Amino acid sequence: MSRRTITRGRTRDGWLFISPAVAVLAVFLAFPVLMALWVSVSDWRGVGSPFAGDVSFVGLDNYRSILTGGTLAQRDFGTALRNNFYYVLLVVPLQTALALALAALVHAKALRGRGFFRTAFYFPSVTSAVAITVLWLFLFDTRGAVNEVLGWIGLAGPNWFQDPRGILHLGLSAVGVDGAPAAMSGGGFLGITWWDWAAGPSVAMFALILLAVFTTSGTFMLLFIAALNNIGEEIDEAGMIDGANAWQRFWHLTLPMLRPTLFTVLTLGLIGTWQVFDQIYTGTQGGPAKTTVTPAYLSYESAFADQQWGQGAAIAFILFAIIVVLTLVQRAALRSRP
Amino acid sequence: MSVRTASPRQHLLLYGLLAVLAVVYIAPFLIDIATSFKTEAEAAESPVSLVPQTFTTAAYERLFLRSDFPLWFANSAVVTLLVTLGRVLFDSMAGYALARIPFRGRAVVFALVVAVMAVPNVVLLIPKFLVINQLGMFNSYSGLVIPLLADAAGIFIMKNFFESIPVSVEEQARIDGAGTFRLFWSVVLPMARPAVVTIVILSFQGSWNELNHFVVASNDQDLFTLTKGVAQLASGALSQGTQYPIKLAAAAVMTIPVAVVFFVFQKRIMNASAGAVKE
Repeated sequence: MSRRTITRGRTRDGWLFISPAVAVLAVFLAFPVLMALWVSVSDWRGVGSPFAGDVSFVGLDNYRSILTGGTLAQRDFGTALRNNFYYVLLVVPLQTALALALAALVHAKALRGRGFFRTAFYFPSVTSAVAITVLWLFLFDTRGAVNEVLGWIGLAGPNWFQDPRGILHLGLSAVGVDGAPAAMSGGGFLGITWWDWAAGPSVAMFALILLAVFTTSGTFMLLFIAALNNIGEEIDEAGMIDGANAWQRFWHLTLPMLRPTLFTVLTLGLIGTWQVFDQIYTGTQGGPAKTTVTPAYLSYESAFADQQWGQGAAIAFILFAIIVVLTLVQRAALRSRP
Repeated sequence: MSVRTASPRQHLLLYGLLAVLAVVYIAPFLIDIATSFKTEAEAAESPVSLVPQTFTTAAYERLFLRSDFPLWFANSAVVTLLVTLGRVLFDSMAGYALARIPFRGRAVVFALVVAVMAVPNVVLLIPKFLVINQLGMFNSYSGLVIPLLADAAGIFIMKNFFESIPVSVEEQARIDGAGTFRLFWSVVLPMARPAVVTIVILSFQGSWNELNHFVVASNDQDLFTLTKGVAQLASGALSQGTQYPIKLAAAAVMTIPVAVVFFVFQKRIMNASAGAVKE
């Protein structure tokens, strides 16, 4: 056998081995993205092939209609961005802090029942988003378990999944600010007034925020536990000899060493929270008053329910861009730190 | 917080805090199971109690005898089985090729796999539908299954594992005249058992819990999987009333298979998940 035949044989074997997986990835993931890119700049309405002769190129019209012009499509997109923005703003720090706290509590080898606690905290992460959302609808029902428990301590819980009021607006009205100040009712962004941007997540969205924190904190806890195990105990012991208390040791010694994991968790959190879909499809379908519509859900709804395929695809690509940009920003922030 | 050096009071505080947290994490599931055995009136009346006053299996009877639930369950089982088999085979073949066979075009393929991993799943909702529809696979089992048969993360896990096996193992078999496929099937794959088990677990969990692919791949009632069926149930498809016992029974039953796999492979899942995070 000459060297050339061997190379040729290996190339044949290599392609033979890799082609089933490559075919699936290329046909169902890579190619569809290109196809959707075309749909996002075309006037295809869901009938026939997007490549048929009667479908034409419309440039950036689909993007324009969701970004400009004061149309309903633009207001919906603005609302979806606002909703998801608050979701990210609350879920990412909460899930990260809770995951870190859980990991710090259960990583000690001497802790009795360590395995039990880890299992308890991680279990929600392995179950399906659909099952947990169904459970959440029951727990956060007006007369559900959460409101009953709140009642034990004298609090009247809200009508969680029916309440479209923003929690920041609720806070402001508690201190007597009920309407928009003049400066905030005029201008705005993406068809939403500044006052509405400042609404905060609705009560309904807040229930979904708690749902996300409940299901993801266990997953991220595992990442932190793995990192804590890698640090080892010598450093902690050195700190102890220097007379640092537990909190000082954690804050000044452990936390700086967890920075790489912290950034991984934040990045995964950002990517995940901008994609929230299952919980909304199952639970609220965007209601009440569109306060739980997210870009991912809006993209789905525009295309499949309203047959606005171009707009739906455009929303998906804008969402993609948001995720990519935020990830890059975060990477840069990580690199600039010492 | 080091347990060894804590004072008795700190000890008590730590365990107290952990106990409260554990209750918060576990109680929802206990409430789920308890409520599924209550009457609808009682579910509304006392949503927190863990012991049904009138114990009834009406919700389960309704679910299994007079709804499409068994069909959804069967569909989920078939899809999960096929996807898991496919991923074990295709991911490990691809991983082996990327790790061990120096073929022309490998760098391009590797770049494609990396690129595919970076695309967020939700962005693919419309694209996937377009292709499945275009290929005439909409509303068919092939549309539910084939697009999930390989995944980039699984290929990565297999590639990393194969790279950790010493080359000398294969050289001996090659000298004995084994071809690439025989080498892969009888020598390398049996050695990759830990990695294969990881792929089995991740694929099982992933495809059993998958929702958004099934949402766009079909709309035929006969092809509903558990996730899609129960999501529809949640939005009140079973006539009027809240029907909480039935919904929660459905949620409990669909959780059982993943719970069983989780408790059987607990250690491995906890470790694998520290590397590959499910969203």
